[in-house]
Amino acid sequence: MHALSVKNLTKQYSNGLVALKGINLEVEKGDFFALLGQNGAGKSTTIGIICSLVNKSSGSVSVFGHDIDKELDAAKLCIGVVPQEMNFNPFEKISHIIINQAGYYGVPRKIAEQRTEYYFKKLGLWEKRNNAALRLSGGMKRRLMIARALVTKPRLLMLDEPTAGVDIELRHMLWEFLTELNAQGTTIILTTHYLEEAEHLCKNVAIIDNGEIIEHANMKSFINRLDTQTMILDLASPLRDIPENLKYPCRLIDEVTLEIKVSKHHSLNMLFDTLTKNNINITSLRNKTNRLEELFIDLIANNKIQSENES
Amino acid sequence: MIQKRSQQIYIAFYTIIRKEIIRFMRIWSQTLLPPVITMSLYFLIFGKLVGSQIQSISGYSYMQYIVPGLVMMAIMTNAYANTSTSFFGAKFSKSIEEILVAPVPSYVILVGFMLGGTIRGLLVGFLVILISLFFTHLHIYNIWIVLAMAILASMLFSLGGLINGIFAKKFDDVSFIPTFVLMPLTYLGGVFYSVKQLPDFWRTVSTFNPILNIVDTFRFGILGISDVNVYFGFTMVGTLFIILLTWCLIMLKRGTGMRT
Repeated sequence: MHALSVKNLTKQYSNGLVALKGINLEVEKGDFFALLGQNGAGKSTTIGIICSLVNKSSGSVSVFGHDIDKELDAAKLCIGVVPQEMNFNPFEKISHIIINQAGYYGVPRKIAEQRTEYYFKKLGLWEKRNNAALRLSGGMKRRLMIARALVTKPRLLMLDEPTAGVDIELRHMLWEFLTELNAQGTTIILTTHYLEEAEHLCKNVAIIDNGEIIEHANMKSFINRLDTQTMILDLASPLRDIPENLKYPCRLIDEVTLEIKVSKHHSLNMLFDTLTKNNINITSLRNKTNRLEELFIDLIANNKIQSENES
Repeated sequence: MIQKRSQQIYIAFYTIIRKEIIRFMRIWSQTLLPPVITMSLYFLIFGKLVGSQIQSISGYSYMQYIVPGLVMMAIMTNAYANTSTSFFGAKFSKSIEEILVAPVPSYVILVGFMLGGTIRGLLVGFLVILISLFFTHLHIYNIWIVLAMAILASMLFSLGGLINGIFAKKFDDVSFIPTFVLMPLTYLGGVFYSVKQLPDFWRTVSTFNPILNIVDTFRFGILGISDVNVYFGFTMVGTLFIILLTWCLIMLKRGTGMRT
């Protein structure tokens, strides 16, 4: 049994916009799954349908074997969702927001209070428990929505861009927290625009573009498909011209910064040897973009070209 | 398993009601105080100052005559306002999604919101009755008719407010129906006058105004006098209640105004 099974899911909005064109998706139990795509690709619509905020046009969705058309309540009991936009009453006390959410799921008040204390302490919100939600910072509001999703102990947690607009420290704290949660058995589906986040956290990935799944793979094998990586090298001394015998495709960004493409068939040692032979000393190096980002951009571009050719 | 599910539903229902009560009690200066002040002014100006110049109606002073209508007016407007603003507010802040993603049956959402409005309506009605005792003395003719119509009318108007909240897309939509439909019907609904004073044609037209039936049936419970048939009043209000209840339930099940 899969944690999530989506078959031939379509969605056409009343204004005629076709947001999903028959997507298929399977997420294993215990997975940490990335659902990636550009803005408007269909990620939030997919999540909206799974948690019944959006009506589907056709297709089927099952959550831990519960078909949302036949056993909606049983499916809902398995799901916790952290939406992209804030969706709580800003004038309500934050502890009430969490306890009420537990109440809607039928969790007795005493247990809800205990869980609220646990997650508030875990997510650094305990000191603010008596504050109205509007008094929280942006990062705290995100954490509040995570606590709200977790208070019902969901087996499947769906996070729609949970780290959008939060600072690096908090992002890392959330990564740690989510990794721990996944290790405890919670299946997590994550949508994000920070691809290093997806690469760092997720075991499997699907890429959605223009309402279609164009990639569905294991993260490691997907990353391995990357043929070349673009590196940025900071040089110890200025370089005016690129030596002719430097056999790597490269360009000078400025006198002390060199961009160089390295094939996965070439080791970095070979690159360093070549640079040393050419009297180029480097002080540091980094990837120009995240590896997943390179693949993502290529894939989206190829899909666009393919779509244009077909039409 | 069945018992567990029924327990879950009960907790969800209790949570909605509790949340609704806390909401209107937290902002009591906007929800409870204004109707009490407004009705006190009605008692003072229409009842005491203007009413002293008006002859008695069916053996009761003008002040005594208008008390049941003003109490019922407070019940209806507050029950309506509670659900329309609460539901639309939840839609506006998107906090309605908290309930939509949860395994809460539509009928629980419906009854939860409806009873929230009903409780506010009845509480305001009770406060207005207390205030009215400073201006006149009342003896209840039939307590069961009073209670039955107060509860039924507040539930009916809670449902009306809920429908308004479901359809509303902006704040203006929440005040449109109370201003342009309910207020005129209330003023034409026998709160301040007996429809017996109207020409035959308008008297007949007035009997189809549900607010007249509510007000006059309620007045019958308090004073023992009415311009309409009490059984007809209950039948009309009961029928409207069932129609609105069914309509609300269908819309909540479909997710009208909430799910895209």
